[in-house]
Amino acid sequence: MSENRLHIDWTACDGRGLCAELLSEILVEDEWGYPLARDGAVEPAVPRALEKNAKRAVDRCPALALRLVNS
Amino acid sequence: MTVVDALPGVGRRLLAGPTDGRLDTHLARYGRPPRLDGAQLVGLLRDAGLTGRGGAGFPTWRKVEAVLGASGVPVVVGNGSEGEPASGKDRALMAYQPHLVLDGLQIVAGAVGARQAYLYVAGASAAGVGAALGARRGAGLDPVPVTVVVAPERFVAGEESAVVNAVEGRAAVPSDKRVRVTEAGVGGAPTLVQNVETLAHLALIARFGPHWFREAGTAEEPGTFLATVGGAVGVPGVVEAGYGVRLGDLVDAAGGPAERLQAVLVGGYHGGWVPALPELAVSRAGLAPYGASPGAGIVVALPVGVCGLVETARIAGYLAGEVAGQCGPCINGLPRLATTLTDLAHRRGRAGLGREVDAVREVERLSLLVSGRGACRHPDGSVRMIRSAMRTFAADVAAHLAGRCLAEEAR
Repeated sequence: MSENRLHIDWTACDGRGLCAELLSEILVEDEWGYPLARDGAVEPAVPRALEKNAKRAVDRCPALALRLVNS
Repeated sequence: MTVVDALPGVGRRLLAGPTDGRLDTHLARYGRPPRLDGAQLVGLLRDAGLTGRGGAGFPTWRKVEAVLGASGVPVVVGNGSEGEPASGKDRALMAYQPHLVLDGLQIVAGAVGARQAYLYVAGASAAGVGAALGARRGAGLDPVPVTVVVAPERFVAGEESAVVNAVEGRAAVPSDKRVRVTEAGVGGAPTLVQNVETLAHLALIARFGPHWFREAGTAEEPGTFLATVGGAVGVPGVVEAGYGVRLGDLVDAAGGPAERLQAVLVGGYHGGWVPALPELAVSRAGLAPYGASPGAGIVVALPVGVCGLVETARIAGYLAGEVAGQCGPCINGLPRLATTLTDLAHRRGRAGLGREVDAVREVERLSLLVSGRGACRHPDGSVRMIRSAMRTFAADVAAHLAGRCLAEEAR
């Protein structure tokens, strides 16, 4: 079964924090403002119910550092 | 017909026989490199069980197969950049046996159908490699042209995607890993990056076969590897041994312990600290209980009179200074880890941390925080070394928290 996961391009992310705001169910900010998965995963899974929010976070990331990947 | 004057032995292969780096010596011993097609090479490498000698230990045949299966004309890169300060084996190999490496590069390039190959080396190797390539040109040995690229002396410059960036003329820093370089690397072409020692083994496997290769090492981890043995040993240097070699034998091959040893850093600055047990097998299986692996073959011996926590803090400080500066958690987390370890090493309570014991928790918390959160494995490798130190030097940690130092008391 394939599921959507959030991929963060760390070379692009500069910790603006928008994704943690729009996807607070999945992400929090770490002490430096960078997104941190609540479940500790490197590429946290996106439940179907949150897919719309996730897409919004991807589109709005000012650094274009966030992607939805299918694994 | 050229014949090999003696089959490379079980213990010494890459470093067997004359190691003057001359082409006539090489040709007299090994002859011209054989030509293989992709399927033949993949089969040979799989049967031999050759793994990458750059540190990660990935099965070589799989990478070759991935490049063969990707679309586009592949590019091959030999990686001898060796940014790891405790390692000298790739530079030694480039000086002693450049033609085995260059044979391996040609065999791989031919087998995958590459039209361009690169050799990415440390500045110290550049002149020698240039001379070796010149000699080979005269002998018509290199059907696939080889371009030499000099690596900057940075720790992360040898990471696969950093290698691709350097070859393309950009800064030698890692890229995001959404697409593997075996699919799209140099100029978007499928790219095979192999450590130079891996290529040298490959050049011998292509001549003597997988059965011969498996006569050294263990059934699970066949072949020999080059080890850079340093620290408190009599004659620091590069030695060759089969995987599974006793740690004591490896240290003895480098002149034996210079002082009584307490621990050994295996696998380099991204490796793991293990106790200095002579009977310990240097192999993935033997080192796994300590969370370590042979990596790129680095062995640094620590004497009883030097504090493992001070040495770990020093290395952590170095690693923090080698951050490429791209990924937030690594930029922020590694210096924090280094200062926390320095405080612990110097038995200092830390401002903002109530009790000294919190330094231990802080190391663990920061370790978990930075792991997996970067474009490359620099944070993960650094954390592996640091956490192994916290385990191997647990008694030192307890002593430091009580205001004492075991190494000081052992002097």
